[in-house]
Amino acid sequence: MLSRTAENLYWLARYVERAEYLARTIDATLRVTALPTAYIGKTNEWDSALLTAGVSASFYEAYQEANETNVVEYLSFSSDNPSSIRNCIEAARLNSRSVRTALTSEMWDTINSAWIELQEVWGKGTSTREELARFLRFVQETSLRFDGSAYRTMLRNDAYWFSRLGLHLERADNTARILDVKYHVLLPEEEHVGGPLDFYQWTSILRSVSALTAYHWVYRETLKPWLIADLLILNDTLPRSLASCYGNLVRNLDQIGVAYGRQGAAQRHARGVRNRLEHSHMDDIFQHGVHEFIQEFISDNSRLGEIITKQYLI
Amino acid sequence: MAVAFDEMNGPGGDLRQAYRELSRWLKDTPPDALEYRRQEAELLFRRIGITFAVYGDSEAQERLIPFDVIPRIISAKEWTLLEKGLKQRVRALNMFLRDIYHGRDILRANIIPDDLIFQNPVFRPEMNGQDVPHEVYVHIAGIDIVRVNAEDFIVLEDNARTPSGVSYMLENREIMMRLFPDLFARHRVAPVERYPDELLSALRSVAPLSASAEPTVALMTPGVYNSAYYEHSFLADKLGIELVEGRDLIVKNDEVFMRTTEGLKRVDVIYRRVDDDFLDPLTFRPDSALGVPGLMSAYAAGNITLANAVGTGIADDKAIYSYMPDVVKFYLSEEPILKNVQTWRCREPKDLSYVLDNLADLVVKEVHGSGGYGMLIGPAATKATIEAFRDKLKREPEGFIAQPTLALSTCPTCTTSGLAPRHVDLRPFVLTGRDRTTIVPGGLTRVALKEGSLVVNSSQGGGTKDTWILDE
Repeated sequence: MLSRTAENLYWLARYVERAEYLARTIDATLRVTALPTAYIGKTNEWDSALLTAGVSASFYEAYQEANETNVVEYLSFSSDNPSSIRNCIEAARLNSRSVRTALTSEMWDTINSAWIELQEVWGKGTSTREELARFLRFVQETSLRFDGSAYRTMLRNDAYWFSRLGLHLERADNTARILDVKYHVLLPEEEHVGGPLDFYQWTSILRSVSALTAYHWVYRETLKPWLIADLLILNDTLPRSLASCYGNLVRNLDQIGVAYGRQGAAQRHARGVRNRLEHSHMDDIFQHGVHEFIQEFISDNSRLGEIITKQYLI
Repeated sequence: MAVAFDEMNGPGGDLRQAYRELSRWLKDTPPDALEYRRQEAELLFRRIGITFAVYGDSEAQERLIPFDVIPRIISAKEWTLLEKGLKQRVRALNMFLRDIYHGRDILRANIIPDDLIFQNPVFRPEMNGQDVPHEVYVHIAGIDIVRVNAEDFIVLEDNARTPSGVSYMLENREIMMRLFPDLFARHRVAPVERYPDELLSALRSVAPLSASAEPTVALMTPGVYNSAYYEHSFLADKLGIELVEGRDLIVKNDEVFMRTTEGLKRVDVIYRRVDDDFLDPLTFRPDSALGVPGLMSAYAAGNITLANAVGTGIADDKAIYSYMPDVVKFYLSEEPILKNVQTWRCREPKDLSYVLDNLADLVVKEVHGSGGYGMLIGPAATKATIEAFRDKLKREPEGFIAQPTLALSTCPTCTTSGLAPRHVDLRPFVLTGRDRTTIVPGGLTRVALKEGSLVVNSSQGGGTKDTWILDE
């Protein structure tokens, strides 16, 4: 297939995934900030939201204060923020148009309909909490529909695999960013376990990667920071964990390798990252520093993106 | 202006045979049912994303072309005649192009003045003496046809460069079949769905000799911002070929390759929807970012077929148009089956003075214009517009031709005040491969939705209709 087509499919999946992640982040932040201060402490949750979205610096060029109105506006509707939900959806639609021939009609319909629907929202934003909640839900549902359409209707060939690569790479990046920003509340050293402060922080983390229910099913325990870290990093049964994303990345890259009769740096690099995750234990990670571990992962992950681009997309 | 010929009700209001069933059906169908279907059709178009962009219209970057749900019907007998005429015309166009870029017999025979060719900006000196694969220049032609009575089909314009609109022919039919299955059951409508197949086999048949037995065809688009982008992606999808942009292609050793995830892959035939000017920055406009450097040298080396060929603009130029009846006679020694509209060439002093004297009754068009822009429709224009145009015409007479205002035929059309006649034209698509010319029975009917308007262009408020060729 054309390199440009593969590139578009890859980015299309990334944009949709990113839009969903942003919607989840805003949603989770809204819940936390609705609590009385006694429960969440003095940290500015809207600041964390900006950090996990990776747009803190550009935000402060345009705004003075990280409050709900400003951050929701910037993350959702701003056309100046290249990673706003709006720009993700716009870019996803543009990419879809460019690669219509590689999409199934269901995938196109999902993106195009969402784009049409959201034109109105871009015009006037959301004026009430209810409207905002409806908007955030709509974005998440769009992502689910898109993902489901791809899963159910695409031929299992390189078009599908490149699309999956984008999805899992973006997903891994998102999960890692949350951990990067929130790692300090997961550190077992700060043992005021069970305090309301941490409980709501932890819930919020799990919610932004839709893993709150999963946690209880996997561990059958009350919330424990090291178990949360374990779930998000090493547990490959959780679709948004780093381990699961890398299991998928390795599999998709292998499928491409087999179809093309050739492996390359991308396959080697992805396997390297996965092996490290497979052979890690939470104890060691804590010992050597969660923060360092996550930082290294984020850089490895973006390195994989570069290698895939070089090997296939240009 | 004469009273327009109505294709349903005929002269004197006699219901014409081909429309008998439709007329009966329309009488039985309540108007709100039609309106409901119309809305449904619009929703479908928008969801599928069948949109076009209007240049210079920032408010609505993507717009729908209005679709009228009343089909336009042509009888089998009429079609047979039209088809014969179209094939004849396109054969002549191809022979003309071959001649203009080689022996130039037609110039030596003094049928067309030399300067009309050599001074013409769409003439491509790069094509002089260059052979194109299988001597086909115009692989895809869109010939604009109008009617003024029951007998004649008149060519309004030849489109020999990158004619568009065929996706509407196909999608309009799809949507009509979805919305009006009962109406189809009452008619025997010739299908149009084999067009993509015919197109692909025509394109494959003209692959260069250096191509493999399974030539690779690609469709080249200027990109997602082009007004006809939907059509490009639609056709690539239907043909099962790659939709490429200039940046996807690279020329090496005079061969053309596309960049794929598995490395470079040779391309043999490019169905290009990019204008000549933008094809190759090394040969044409150096500022073109849409093109492929070196494409023309691969073309000269005979390693790539471009469809349509480079330089075909000289055949559909409005100044050349007026010579078409002579062109047909010259190459084929046959009488032209399709008529031309009477045309005054403003470059000729005698014609110019007639045109200046009768501006209020004439349609004056720019020789190199298209899309209905820059033209004067005398009877509909204000005095001031006419006078402004007169100055333009005097300044640069060779830039214009003039034609009588034709009373284009009308077809029943849904309007806000119920069914009413609206003017239509027809663009059938003529495909020429290595050894045959084919026309799928149908075409794009464009309709001027404004009452009395004669401008059918989508960029100026025109709509489309499904075109039915009856099978018997």
